[in-house]
Amino acid sequence: MTVTKPESKSLTKEKAKWMYQKMCEIRQFEDKVHEIFSKGILPGFVHLYAGEEAVAVGVCAHLNEKDYITSTHRGHGHCIAKGCDLNGMMAEIYGKATGLCKGKGGSMHIADVEKGMLGANGIVGGGFPLAVGAGLTAKLKKTGAVAVCFFGDGANNHGTFHEGINLAAIWKLPVVFVAENNGYAEATPFEYASSCKNIADRAAAYNIPGEVVDGKDVIAVYEAAERAITRARNGEGPTLIECKTYRNYGHFEGDAQTYKSAEEKEKHLKELDAIVKFRNYILSKHLLFEQELLQIERNVAETIEKAVDFAEKSPFPTEEDLLKDVYVSY
Amino acid sequence: MTRTISFSEAINEAMKLAMRKDENVILLGEDVAGGAAVDHLQDDEAWGGVMGVTKGLVQEFGRERVLDTPIAEAGYIGAAVTAAATGLRPIAELMFNDFIGSCLDEVMNQAAKLRYMFGGKAKVPLTIRTMHGAGFRAAAQHSQSLYAIFTHIPGLKVVVPSTPSDAKSLLLASIFDDDPVIFFEDKTLYNMKGEVEEGFYTIPLGKADIKREGNDLTIVAIGKQVHTALKAADLLKARGMETEVIDPRTLSPLDEETILSSVAKTGRLIVIDEANPRCSVAADISALVADKGFDYLDAPIKMITAPHCPVPFSPTLEDLYLPTPEKVLRAAAEIIGDETIIAV
Repeated sequence: MTVTKPESKSLTKEKAKWMYQKMCEIRQFEDKVHEIFSKGILPGFVHLYAGEEAVAVGVCAHLNEKDYITSTHRGHGHCIAKGCDLNGMMAEIYGKATGLCKGKGGSMHIADVEKGMLGANGIVGGGFPLAVGAGLTAKLKKTGAVAVCFFGDGANNHGTFHEGINLAAIWKLPVVFVAENNGYAEATPFEYASSCKNIADRAAAYNIPGEVVDGKDVIAVYEAAERAITRARNGEGPTLIECKTYRNYGHFEGDAQTYKSAEEKEKHLKELDAIVKFRNYILSKHLLFEQELLQIERNVAETIEKAVDFAEKSPFPTEEDLLKDVYVSY
Repeated sequence: MTRTISFSEAINEAMKLAMRKDENVILLGEDVAGGAAVDHLQDDEAWGGVMGVTKGLVQEFGRERVLDTPIAEAGYIGAAVTAAATGLRPIAELMFNDFIGSCLDEVMNQAAKLRYMFGGKAKVPLTIRTMHGAGFRAAAQHSQSLYAIFTHIPGLKVVVPSTPSDAKSLLLASIFDDDPVIFFEDKTLYNMKGEVEEGFYTIPLGKADIKREGNDLTIVAIGKQVHTALKAADLLKARGMETEVIDPRTLSPLDEETILSSVAKTGRLIVIDEANPRCSVAADISALVADKGFDYLDAPIKMITAPHCPVPFSPTLEDLYLPTPEKVLRAAAEIIGDETIIAV
């Protein structure tokens, strides 16, 4: 296990622009969902990704459409970073027929298989074997693809964590396991639930590299992901990356977050914000100008408004949709 | 051309034919080859599964397509789900259906639901082969018949063959089906011989087979209980009764029409299912006929099932646990109102 300092050797202007845009999309999308949910418009459970943008974006910056990701119940950020359509996502969260899953999945099951997004997942720990399976296809069909498994700290005590990583390791599959350690599994602190200091320490048990990175620093994530994905594409097997991060909102919308201290929230939301940090980095390295950043922010805001408008104007699915797509044939 | 081969050989042949036909078909499971990475072991000495059902596959298709897995069902069954969703056509072997407890999430929440949850944008052409059935003196954790669990779950298909010929053709149909199929193999049928066609052929999932025709009584029986039904039918014939024996072959989809048509003809129904009775397939088929075929019935429906207890180890107890032709006769006597039938 190593802790790596960011260097950003490979970050181009274009890549920085894409990453900043995606981080803004995730933040503004989630802030907007938070706002709409509080009005009581959205059905069901919603788990927001705001605060963790650097992880999804830093990793997905290395992926193409042939690559796969598996996600979690907190999956909006992964979807956006993997290129899912924002209109389709918002409509799905509204339960509309125009949603990415035609309103059948909702926030917890947004997927776009054609884009390699194998689904948000309502089952904690559900993604490990699923990422391994996508990695198995990539290896056997020699597609050159990698599969990234995003998971939270709550999943690292699940049996599938062990079974999935072990299987990927013995078969040397092109899989990267990315822990998003936001400190809490629902309301239970990581330190209480996990008998390890770092999730990445557990990599030693599978004889694979494990790396802890500052998950609020998109450059750090980007570089760690580059090492892991290169290793995976070279047929050297899986890596476990642990990104120490923080969720700005509660476990679910409506969570009073009594388990978080006021100081902790203040520090993360004000001082350690991943987007502010990356913005300052971009400016200090002269990758983009202030005007360009402002333009990106304005464009994203417009896109999100359009997504909400699209979702609200879309029709709900109807009775004839109820029994569709249970099977290919029955 | 047919020849006589065993149930186990028929299943083996189906997998070979499928793997020859489509290179996306792979087999994975615990010791499906056996002895992975053992230097001195030649592939022709490999186990080929604990019962030898997959013997010879690793020789023909190599260890890239016949994958031994760790004993970690959630890991490899879950992997098989997305291997299927991303372009392979895996056959995953769950050695005993009793082990589903270790990987039910992967089957129930992932394989079964991906397509629906994703609005039809995914398909999961996965076949899970698994052993079931009592009578092997294997006790409570290696003898159950848990097909009702899977039949209950939308998104899954469930196949329970009773003969070598059906096993081969239904397994081929399952492997090339685009939905997840749970394929049950009764371990006590593996040595059963039967006439089996050569070459590649399938029969559609969801089509029951009338194993014997008759006008006086319908028996619907599942898996190896089809043979209990056929024995009972022989005994009943000696008393002048013609029994129709229906083998649903697939429990999901279920061929309701064939069952209802038969009851419409005979007016009497016995269902034989060696699984436990509560919320069972026997109860489901009985409910189907009570709901949609009540007017056809001349007598109450009878279920011959295991009792509500785990499968016992001791041979004396296990024999009491399973359905028998005598139990069928007793039920027949009751619904026909002729006690002399029992004396046959």
